[in-house]
Amino acid sequence: MPLPYYVSPEQMMKDKAEYARKGIARGRSTVTLECADGILLVAENPSTLLHKISEIYDRIAFAGVGKYNEFENLRIAGIRHADVKGYSYSRGDVTAKALANAYSQALGNIFTQDIKPFEVEVLVAEVAESNGGRNEIYHILYDGTIEDEHDYAAMGGQAEEIRRFLKDHYGEGLSLADALQLGVRALTVTQNKSLTERDLEVAVLDRTKTRRKFRRIPMEALGQLLGTAR
Amino acid sequence: MPLDRWRGVFHDHASSSFIELLRRESPHLMPGALPGAADAPPEAPPHGTTVLSVRYRDGVVMAGDRQAVAGFQVASRRIEKIFKADEYSGVGIAGAAGPATEMAKLFQTELEHYEKVEGENLSLEGKANRLSQMIRMNLPAAMQGLVVVPIFAGFDEKAGTGRLFKYDITGGRYEETNYDAQGSGSKDARDALKKLWKRDMGREEALRAALEALIDAADEDVGTGGPDLVRGIFPSVKTITRSGFQDVPDDEVRRACEAILADRTRQADGS
Repeated sequence: MPLPYYVSPEQMMKDKAEYARKGIARGRSTVTLECADGILLVAENPSTLLHKISEIYDRIAFAGVGKYNEFENLRIAGIRHADVKGYSYSRGDVTAKALANAYSQALGNIFTQDIKPFEVEVLVAEVAESNGGRNEIYHILYDGTIEDEHDYAAMGGQAEEIRRFLKDHYGEGLSLADALQLGVRALTVTQNKSLTERDLEVAVLDRTKTRRKFRRIPMEALGQLLGTAR
Repeated sequence: MPLDRWRGVFHDHASSSFIELLRRESPHLMPGALPGAADAPPEAPPHGTTVLSVRYRDGVVMAGDRQAVAGFQVASRRIEKIFKADEYSGVGIAGAAGPATEMAKLFQTELEHYEKVEGENLSLEGKANRLSQMIRMNLPAAMQGLVVVPIFAGFDEKAGTGRLFKYDITGGRYEETNYDAQGSGSKDARDALKKLWKRDMGREEALRAALEALIDAADEDVGTGGPDLVRGIFPSVKTITRSGFQDVPDDEVRRACEAILADRTRQADGS
């Protein structure tokens, strides 16, 4: 039996991380912004059928970047986790924190144990019940690293540049239209083309809705919102 | 076998179903027969009584009385029997209140789960079939006396009309064209609706027909509760139309009930 080559753990982790980062960098980015009435999620996504942003539970939304089949798997696992928990306890007991922890565990395990790591980053957002409450935004990386973010978050290939842009331009209490415009400007910060409603997938966790807060913003409404903010 | 790793994906039809997920991962949470019990429970558990559904111009009305009975006792005066299943459908429950409420909750979760996973709604037909399978699942419990027979009604977005379905305890599913009632007072309610139903009824008229039928059922059936003017408890009434599932406000139901009772008082000749 031939002896397997020895690779040091440091080298193996480094290689895996580089592989995952490269995969993620190829994809388009996603921006999340806290606004006056909730949390806005904006993704550059020309497809109207394959979603990057989706509803998990009453107050919880999901966003993924990177390899579609991989974050789609995570999305469905998240819906299952939330629905079983909500059914066996109560709807109020389903939290973004528990879900983000589960994602972190799953991605961490895959990163260390599988030959190929997931080339994804995911984000879990939970809108506060009332106006005074605190929103929660968790950002989970390909290796299971978990960060909680405030005000804004960015994922994907150009995340660093986008974050820098938002740091300079974000202000609290944005209206939906203003937040959307800021998000779109942030997505174009590293590109020299402008994005129209056709290139975008937008959804909002709208605090003013009853029970299910997640709402997709359809293309026509998106065009109008972009128009009014201009 | 390396091939089996991906083949399963295509055979796993149930991957969008919450019920299958629960059966697989938390079987102890599945509703069903009482383990180890061969006969009916020693004391009758609370039973819900009359629910009905009426088709009208814009969609369907669903209505139910608010009483649950255990044997000859009132178990609850304020029980809710009409549940929103999703944005475009509702389920009215009659029979053993505990399992029936549980079934409604499981059905709601099932529809929402499918919608979130697939990114689109089940067809109305698909929802009706799913409910029929759930009733069949309950058959062992029904044999122990925990019978659940719902009414399912909704707005069919493709056909642009309201549709309603009734069931039997084996899960048999039958589409009704215009109206139906279920529960202990259902025969009286159905008889009333037979006389009151008209083609192309408006909202007002359909509401009135539904309430008249419930009042008739309460009149003839000891289990069904009528409008309770003393406590201010009125039947729960919902409409499902193109614009979704909506509660009819309590005030409107109260006014309609009072109008019906006033008409009946005027016409009463002591019989």
